Amino acid sequence: MHALEKILAKKSGKDVVRTGEIVNCAVDLAGINDLYLQTVRSFREINAKRMVNPGQVVMFMDHYAPASTIIQADNQKRFRAFFREQGAELVMDVNEGVCHQVLADKGFSKPGQLIVITDSHTTTHGAFGAFGTGVGATDMATILATGKLWFRVPEIIRITINGKTAPGVYAKDVILHIIGKLGADHAVYKGVEFAGETVSSWSVSERMALCNMTTEMGAKCSYIQPDGVTGEFLRERGATHYEIMHTDDDFRYAEELCFDAGEIPPQLAAPSSVDNVVPLAGHLGLRIDQAYLGSCTGGRLEDIAVAAGIVKGRAIAKGTRFLVVPASRKTLLDAMEKGYIRSLVNAGATLITPSCAACLGTHQGLLAPGEVCISATNRNFPGRMGSTEAAIYLASPATVAASALEGAIADPSPYL
Amino acid sequence: MFEKTLCGRVFLFGKNVDTDQIYPGRFVELTDIDDVAKHAMEGADPEFAAACGKGDILVAGGNFGCGSSREHAADTLKAVGVGAVVAPSFGRIFYRNGINLGLPLLVCPDLHSRVTAGERISIDVKSGEIRDESGQLLSRIQPVTGYMMHILESGGIKPLLRGQFQ
Repeated sequence: MHALEKILAKKSGKDVVRTGEIVNCAVDLAGINDLYLQTVRSFREINAKRMVNPGQVVMFMDHYAPASTIIQADNQKRFRAFFREQGAELVMDVNEGVCHQVLADKGFSKPGQLIVITDSHTTTHGAFGAFGTGVGATDMATILATGKLWFRVPEIIRITINGKTAPGVYAKDVILHIIGKLGADHAVYKGVEFAGETVSSWSVSERMALCNMTTEMGAKCSYIQPDGVTGEFLRERGATHYEIMHTDDDFRYAEELCFDAGEIPPQLAAPSSVDNVVPLAGHLGLRIDQAYLGSCTGGRLEDIAVAAGIVKGRAIAKGTRFLVVPASRKTLLDAMEKGYIRSLVNAGATLITPSCAACLGTHQGLLAPGEVCISATNRNFPGRMGSTEAAIYLASPATVAASALEGAIADPSPYL
Repeated sequence: MFEKTLCGRVFLFGKNVDTDQIYPGRFVELTDIDDVAKHAMEGADPEFAAACGKGDILVAGGNFGCGSSREHAADTLKAVGVGAVVAPSFGRIFYRNGINLGLPLLVCPDLHSRVTAGERISIDVKSGEIRDESGQLLSRIQPVTGYMMHILESGGIKPLLRGQFQ
């Protein structure tokens, strides 16, 4: 069995599970975000009265943090009341940040766990050797009411990444390249494991970016075998009790692919599909209106550090907006302490408090018709960050920062 | 309750139609189903919500419903009257959401290249046969598997669960 299968086997109380089998699994950590009040409605509609495991349910006020309409405020108010009523205490309010980063910061995301959140980018937790997957509101209501959810045991693809990345190339460039080669539907219903010397050399931050983006190839979950880097990260955050699963030597992957990171130049996903990937070099000089640094993909401390290093002592281009949204409260505090926020704001960046902000086009920096945005986020769908007539290019945090300086799509290498 | 034979007009869409096109993010704060229904497919075709009739069938290319976990995407299609969605593959969260709500999401590798927008088709979910108005066989859907069919036949996951919490 694969390590991911062993997680499903353990959580469903079975010795063995097989690809394609439907299993009913006990969920270790269930997360709800503030977009989906339907979760509470579905809970009522099925006549459920009490959460079975209120200590394992986390509320994240991240997508509308803080509320910018009366409806959003009312939805959040109802969520707070629901958690009070249920005696569930893990409410991450509007001051905490984006769910996936908050879980990482607090040491809640651990190897061997089954983590289910009402957010499609829950694949991120594969970076810790967990089985992380996103669901909708009614599936979440089922978990609240029963503690369990059914899953189809997925096929698993292994992607091996070797080679040393060139300066100005990051995990974001590598995963965009991979998605561009494979297509947005390549891993639909499947798990994606990353292995190889490049992945081993990467920090938890880079690994999270890699796993996060597997959602954009349709993946159900992702996986990186926990190692010393993972162990150190968890230790620093007080996470001690967990079980690391290991894939059996005779496990047969649905597909095995290899990429050479040394041959990948900086990448861009051009409008309006994440698999519309081209080398950055082909679009240099394209005028932008907004540069966006943030989200569960590109708003971590390392991302902000790279961007701050690029813009320090310089000024962003006149007429360009540079929005910086740290992924979490801890990220913001650390970035303040290290002086990154000062460098960014001095250069002309607009600081937004930790949240999903404009990444999903609800508030805080939407795009007007005809505008162009370069973004460190995960989706460039039509209308994703505002007008359906705006264009979004996805890139690494470094490319986003360099582009903010030039007011046009720019190569970060000269600034590093 | 779940209809074994579905008949309706075809609305045709391309591949990788994401949940932001099915239900734009700026409307996710809405929770009342009548409000949610007004914005069905608004990011792809702003006329769709007004044009779609009860039982009409949405036929699309692969990876329909990729993207976000918003249940609104399945909710809005059901609320506007869509009888089924037929595509070569579906975004996995959208697929779960649709089946949970009792919306038939049917897998067929090639129907999107065999029909024209506006024509009437019928789908026999049991036999898998898809036919045009003259009765000509157009293609077949993949059989709906045991547990998915059980949910659909129950009218969605909520009636099934309600039984547990009586």
